[in-house]
Amino acid sequence: MTRVIDAINRGARRVPTWVVYILYMLPVPYLLYLAQTGGLGREPIKALEHELGEIALQLLIIGLCVTPLRRFTGLNLLKFRRALGLLAFIYVVLHLTVWVVLDMSLLWGQMWADIWKRPYITVGMAGFLVLLPLAVTSNNASVRRLGAAGWRQLHKLTYLAVVLGGIHYLWLAKGFQLEPILYMAVILALLALRVVPKRR
Amino acid sequence: GLGLASIAGEARAQEALEPNSYEDITQYNNYYEFGTGKGDPARNAHTLTTEPWTVKIDGMVDRPGAYGFDDIMKAMTVEERLYRFRCVEAWSMVIPWNGFELADLLDMAGVQSSAKYVAFETALRPDEMPGVRFPVLDWPYVEGLRLDEAVHPLTIMATGIYGKDIPNQNGAPLRLVVPWKYGFKSIKSVVRITLTDKEPPTSWNKANAREYGFYSNVNPEVDHPRWSQATERPVGGGLFAGRIPTLMFNGYEEDVAELYAGMDLTANF
Repeated sequence: MTRVIDAINRGARRVPTWVVYILYMLPVPYLLYLAQTGGLGREPIKALEHELGEIALQLLIIGLCVTPLRRFTGLNLLKFRRALGLLAFIYVVLHLTVWVVLDMSLLWGQMWADIWKRPYITVGMAGFLVLLPLAVTSNNASVRRLGAAGWRQLHKLTYLAVVLGGIHYLWLAKGFQLEPILYMAVILALLALRVVPKRR
Repeated sequence: GLGLASIAGEARAQEALEPNSYEDITQYNNYYEFGTGKGDPARNAHTLTTEPWTVKIDGMVDRPGAYGFDDIMKAMTVEERLYRFRCVEAWSMVIPWNGFELADLLDMAGVQSSAKYVAFETALRPDEMPGVRFPVLDWPYVEGLRLDEAVHPLTIMATGIYGKDIPNQNGAPLRLVVPWKYGFKSIKSVVRITLTDKEPPTSWNKANAREYGFYSNVNPEVDHPRWSQATERPVGGGLFAGRIPTLMFNGYEEDVAELYAGMDLTANF
């Protein structure tokens, strides 16, 4: 097992991070193509919005896996964590853009009212705002400026952002639906792993 | 703002309705017994057996019993009705239904004078309905109308779309259509109709009473707690379809507003 992990770690060291960016941006043109050709169903706007939001949430969750994977299995994917976080932010921005432009047709009054009045939209918007300082400081210069400890402290906001994302999904579902519940369970489990006491 | 929107709304109410394509109507559905995705019903509903089909009509009627679908069709006059369809999720379509007035079916069974409400029930077939394995709702799906709503001439039992037999995903072989209410009131694949003197339970109200009232009339001024009902998106317009203002009683205000005269529509949502 350790030999497999070592092999993966050696391989991962050779993969440049831009590969992750390229691979994870491929769904964007693909989804746009599907939306235009009927692949997202008869009403592509909601479907596109949903797909982008779900990818964002998945990326945040994958980002949350990096630390426990290293701690419990020795698998080291730390070098990809910034890419995963920034990609998550990019997908959140795309999700938000589809909502503003395609879904809400720039009806600013209705959107503004919804952000304050509708809990799931309030929570989603809060999640976006929490991610904003994290995206802005996801560069080496910011790490230097904030100091490693301060930067780490700030980036613990990821935990808040992913929980807000999970609640956002849970809250928009009609009736008792399985998928958002599973996402939330995974998020809570990954957060719980962080309070497992360290072995001596 | 609001002024412009209401002018646009009135203009739209006047213009002739342009029906959605057969594909829009039959491939974008909410029928949770076959899955919660919009494409799930079209994919999964082929398993539903609709022949033979009987509708049990009971409660406060003179002639209770199991009415066979073919016998009902022999007695009814089927006509085309081009109706707006507004989902509570804020999307909409225009659908050319074929069907008969519910009032005629109720006459067949003979409604007694003590009856005040009509309760409806959808088939529950765990072997044919993959969606009922998960308790999204408390199955079977049930709905209800006040008797005066049920016998209103706009209220129909639909048996077809575009002149073809209604597809399973749209509620074969017969489903209710109440065009001035949110779509979920228009219960599909009806197996039972009960005349009663008490307001019957309804599925979405049971699931979340704060969000789904018994009446559920389309009303742009009374929002769903989690989203605005002021506007809607017509399905079938692609990525840039935009939104249009939602009309009071879905554009049927002139025909049905009197049913609710004197009622507080915010409390009776």
